[in-house]
Amino acid sequence: MLAQIADKVRNGKRLGREDGRHLLAEAPLLEVGALAAEARYARFPEKIVTFVVDTNPNYTNVCVTDCQFCAFYRKPGDPEAWTLTVDEVLAKIESAAARGATTVLLQGGHNPSLPLDYYLSLVTETRRRFPQVTPHFFTASEIRTMAQVASLTVPDVLDRLWAAGQRTLPGGGAEVLSERVRKRIEPKKGGPEAWLDVHRQAHRRGFKSTATMMYGHVEQVDDLLDHFDAIRDLQDEHGGFTAFVPWSFKPGNTLLEKWIKHYQGPSTYLRMLAVSRLYLDNFPHIQASWFSEGKRTGQVALHFGADDWGGTLFEENVHKAADYVNTISVDEMVTLIREAGFTAAQRTTEYGIVRRYC
Amino acid sequence: MRFADARLQPIWEKVRAGHRLERQDGLTLFDTDDLLGVGRMADHVKRAREGERVYFVINRHITPTNVCVLSCAFCGFARKPGEAGAYEHTIEDMVAMVKGETREVHIVGGHHPDWPFEYYERMLQAIHAAHPDVQIKAFTAAEIDYFWRRWKIEPKDALARLSAAGLRSMPGGGAEIFSPRLAKLLKYTGKADPDRWCEIHGIAHALGIKTNATMLYGHVETMAERVDHLLRLRRQQDASGGFVTFVPLAYQVAATKLRERQTPPTDSLRTIAASRLLLDNFPHIEAYWVTLGEDTASLALHFGADDVNGTLEDERIQHLSGAQTPAGVAREQLFRMIRDAGKIPVERDALYNIVQVYS
Repeated sequence: MLAQIADKVRNGKRLGREDGRHLLAEAPLLEVGALAAEARYARFPEKIVTFVVDTNPNYTNVCVTDCQFCAFYRKPGDPEAWTLTVDEVLAKIESAAARGATTVLLQGGHNPSLPLDYYLSLVTETRRRFPQVTPHFFTASEIRTMAQVASLTVPDVLDRLWAAGQRTLPGGGAEVLSERVRKRIEPKKGGPEAWLDVHRQAHRRGFKSTATMMYGHVEQVDDLLDHFDAIRDLQDEHGGFTAFVPWSFKPGNTLLEKWIKHYQGPSTYLRMLAVSRLYLDNFPHIQASWFSEGKRTGQVALHFGADDWGGTLFEENVHKAADYVNTISVDEMVTLIREAGFTAAQRTTEYGIVRRYC
Repeated sequence: MRFADARLQPIWEKVRAGHRLERQDGLTLFDTDDLLGVGRMADHVKRAREGERVYFVINRHITPTNVCVLSCAFCGFARKPGEAGAYEHTIEDMVAMVKGETREVHIVGGHHPDWPFEYYERMLQAIHAAHPDVQIKAFTAAEIDYFWRRWKIEPKDALARLSAAGLRSMPGGGAEIFSPRLAKLLKYTGKADPDRWCEIHGIAHALGIKTNATMLYGHVETMAERVDHLLRLRRQQDASGGFVTFVPLAYQVAATKLRERQTPPTDSLRTIAASRLLLDNFPHIEAYWVTLGEDTASLALHFGADDVNGTLEDERIQHLSGAQTPAGVAREQLFRMIRDAGKIPVERDALYNIVQVYS
């Protein structure tokens, strides 16, 4: 079976669900990894690994969605609930920009008390005051919340965000795009289509976005294949995804912690990256991370089909709420990429190379 | 198998045919960019030998003293007599350290200037008398050599007496890197040299004592020095046949700073894989989680390793040198390390008798 899959990959033929199932559940990890690396070098022959200088602040932890995997949110009125003003968010962006950030990945809870103007001001003011910074703001479900609160459609909200200067969306909030999984762990966020449709509408308008996956909770192999199929199909429509970014669910302080005590190990992560490189044949970039599974596993991951190492994440609060903390500097990022056997290059939000570290 | 680096193809032909690899092959394994290519070959060998089994042992380490007459440049553990932090355990203390379900006790310590050989003998007698079911794995070849240097007790006699006192097997430490250049540079010339180290293991093997072998890598050695080290071990194994497990030890940077940063996990995985391929006469290759970290140890199970050492209720030497892992992972944690990699945990004793297979 593996030989047939390898033939398909080498001949540019698309993998089917049974191929995916074999790669996810049966094939030896290093065989999958080596084939993924081959596919990566066929697309990007140079041994360059890109990263972005970014930060990942949040504007509110108020949320009405009650996702079982989330340790970050607080219900409205909770003594630990907080919402930042536009100026407070801009102060965070200013300090990140001073450290060289070119991307700000801003996201927050689903806070029904925030008007659309709040979000639009965040975009306009960021563009006006920090022209070197790309506002990589708001995941699909936040955009749906904005539309509901303002009694507008998702396309209307996207048009206004575009007019305010936004060009890219982060891919968070996908978790696993399967009806069964989303019903179980995030029933108030809607099925896969809720996430997919925002990205579809965004891609139609010329936005670029990423697709993510948070695995390691209640999903099974079929759910993962549903996820891969859904984003691969959507990518065929408009080609608006720049990258795929998987990470493992961190159970600390979440409702799911009662059943799931530990996050899944490094072998699963490497397999997920490698399979995504092979299955998502229309995605240019596969992003590994020093952050989500630790720096050492992140270094190994660069040999399993990934070509990007994510961002510096000067600020990060969501994993931190689950008692998972990891930090890095630009220098260390470059050193770790080099140690793993690659040349580091800084990129933009849209994967243009800014600078190579030779 | 197809490789990103064509130089691996002829090596694979040899591996597949069960032919021995040459020095040049070893150099290629350490030189190639195709990390996964090396790993895949090692994984093939590991699977052919052991299937999906991965071994562990319920064990603990006892370090009788950190007082040491040597000053090895890579060691963050040793203290001079009277120096702050120096300690000496009594035999009663050590007997009390062994508890419950411990199956193997690993005893390695400093080269103490004054403790007579009889102290070591009594130590083993007392532990063995109090815990007759616990297998004692004790004293590196460097320590056995030191008994001769300090007390003029021939290794053959020392090992026979220790064996009578309860010793069942010998750990593989003190090998460092078999290189006169590094022995001088890193100040371990006062320790058993490569020939002496191998000679003592040969003597142990002749007495029916099984032993391990190690290599301290990731400091200032060259890749050629690693390959030569492995080939020297392979020669010794051809001659005496008593090595059970090879344990590559990643140098821990924190205390002694021979280099700025810990060697990356990619280097450790490659070293494990190359060891599996070159040491074709060694039954087992170990991913020692204390120096690798649990995640890299788990990944090493795809790169030729078939053992993760054990629960290690106390691992003083590597921890004082800065290993970033919790002192003493419980069995559950070892299970996770093994099962996350999709492997089957097999509890063993010190001599690799199977205690239980956990399906």
